[in-house]
Amino acid sequence: MPVMNIIQAVNDALRLQMRLDPRTVVLGEDVGKFGGVFRATSGLYEEFGGDRVIDTPLAEAGIIGTAIGMALYGLRPVPEIQFGDFIFPAFDQIVNELAKFRYRSGGQYPCPVIIRTPVGGGIRGGHYHSQSPEALFIHTPGLKVIAPSNPYDAKGLLLACLRQNDPVLFMEPKRIYRASKGEVPEGDYTLELGKLAVTRPGTQITLIAWSGMVSIAEEAAAKAEAAGISVEVLDLRSLMPFDIDGILASVKKTGRCVIVHEAPKTCGFGAELIASIQERAMEHLEAPITRVCGFDTPFPYTLEHEYMPNADRVLGAIRQTLEW
Amino acid sequence: MVAVQAQDDLRRVLDDEGRVLPGARVPDVADDVLRNIFDKMTLVRVMDDRMMRLQRQGRLGFYMKSIGEEATHFATAPLRASDWVYPSYREQGAWFYRGYTIKQFVDQLFGNANDPVKGRQMPVHHSANWLNLVSISSPVGTQIPQAVGSAYAAKIMGKDDVSMVYFGEGTSSTGEFHVGMNFAGVWKAPCVFICRNNGWAISVPREKQTAAKTFASKAVGYGMPGIRVDGNDILAVLQVAQEAIDRARAGDGPTLIEALTYRVQGHSSSDDPSVYRDPKEPEIWEKRDPLNRMRNYLTHRGLWDQAWEQGLIDRYNQEITDALAASDATPPPPVETMFDDVYEEMPWHIREQKAWLMAQARTKSPHHHG
Repeated sequence: MPVMNIIQAVNDALRLQMRLDPRTVVLGEDVGKFGGVFRATSGLYEEFGGDRVIDTPLAEAGIIGTAIGMALYGLRPVPEIQFGDFIFPAFDQIVNELAKFRYRSGGQYPCPVIIRTPVGGGIRGGHYHSQSPEALFIHTPGLKVIAPSNPYDAKGLLLACLRQNDPVLFMEPKRIYRASKGEVPEGDYTLELGKLAVTRPGTQITLIAWSGMVSIAEEAAAKAEAAGISVEVLDLRSLMPFDIDGILASVKKTGRCVIVHEAPKTCGFGAELIASIQERAMEHLEAPITRVCGFDTPFPYTLEHEYMPNADRVLGAIRQTLEW
Repeated sequence: MVAVQAQDDLRRVLDDEGRVLPGARVPDVADDVLRNIFDKMTLVRVMDDRMMRLQRQGRLGFYMKSIGEEATHFATAPLRASDWVYPSYREQGAWFYRGYTIKQFVDQLFGNANDPVKGRQMPVHHSANWLNLVSISSPVGTQIPQAVGSAYAAKIMGKDDVSMVYFGEGTSSTGEFHVGMNFAGVWKAPCVFICRNNGWAISVPREKQTAAKTFASKAVGYGMPGIRVDGNDILAVLQVAQEAIDRARAGDGPTLIEALTYRVQGHSSSDDPSVYRDPKEPEIWEKRDPLNRMRNYLTHRGLWDQAWEQGLIDRYNQEITDALAASDATPPPPVETMFDDVYEEMPWHIREQKAWLMAQARTKSPHHHG
């Protein structure tokens, strides 16, 4: 099985689907001859031409607005928003239009637009190249939000997104775009949306993470294990819908839980997870569920290493939860 | 002050009395097409009158009339059935012309169980995918890049369908207008933009939307032709629409049409124009009424008589009465349908919320006029 990084896995999924389905088109800024600023669409222009790998004018509202019209007409557009931080000019098109088309038309107009965008910090990008805006979109009925953490999941989840009929925000962890490597099957496979992965089984505490924070959680779990603490790590993968059964199965077993996310703490997705867990598993909890998150500040430039959750902070939260 | 807009470079075929202007080129439109347009224009006027009265009686939550602007709706008339229309919210004639029925229209206004959009949107936010009339949204201008996307999709897929999109002159101030026009120009998308310049965006006059002399002139910046047309002159509207549709279908790209017209009454049932504009202004425009001008033209052409028009009015009044009675006898959509169509398949959390709601006592609607 070939080893790929996340960029290569995304690229492989796009190429595979475009070969299978002539309705699939890619559009965005610099996605054509250049292959995207992160090279996720590299080689697609050469294989499929400018009609299917479309360099758009520089306007996110136009990228998403036209992608909506393409999808309504019968194409399967996969727009790329160059950085998640640049998605906000398209916020109205995503929140008020894309997410609501099926509902507001009484089911007449499904709108399968799969928006790919890199998210997260750790690349010295300051607050316009580092944000993790998932909570805003999870809070938007009608959208699915997918956040893979590794190449295998990225390919299988992206292919699954491209073969279903709801709009999706597909968030790619840019810090580990190339650093995360793993075996990826060459051919076709899909992973079910809405299912988490237990990336590390354990018994004493559940660690929930997604996207770029899964590797941080893994690192913390390894450190904890060295200290004799058995940690179960859950990679959520799918944020909307999220795998409540998988979460509950783990938390009921361990009785303790720490949630790690890069986005600001207040009203971050961790808050919803805690509410959902305590509603259903209060009697199993041995300690309050804690969070290790980004702060409620804009994402800083020079001090990003202090802003972002790291393994030591997660380990601290694990100890605190166990000692409660 | 009475606003008088520049009349230069304005395409006209008919004068204000409905006579063909000297030297004007008359578009080749078949008699039955003209009669059908007059028929649907009459329906719009009857419908608007009936629905606004219902709204005033407190029986209908909200309504938007289009009196004085009806001719602009029929820029859609030269389209094929396979072409797509992205309406704004004041193009009732386009809906009826393409085949939307009085009953569907009324059912949508009342959001009842037969509403094509299942009671999901306010009145006048129709959707009819079987007619390629795309779901209406309230935030203005969002439909513009979407229409460009559909138009370009047709081009990519090797079809020769055209998209037509409507918006008001106020919407030309939005980012979405710029974005949509710019993408269309770059892509040479087969798209026809109809800017209904009715002078007013709720209470704000067109002078406060742009410093440009005309809205059509904005097309220059996007590398496409901009045409100004007397939007109350049905023949001129049909002529410029046909030209723009032909250009688009031939692969020559998009066109911006500024249809100069006037919003004779309020923006919606919630508006009161007496607060912000001179009452003499609508009087000037009532003399240019598109229905009167078309009636006069049809009369000159031997296609109109009083009995025919009265027959249409009587028939439509009866059909509306019947549709209202049917709507009164139709329940609201079942409560469980609130949870449908968020996604193709209902995810667990919505299933759970649905089950919770179904277990509660039902809440009586303070708005349902059943």
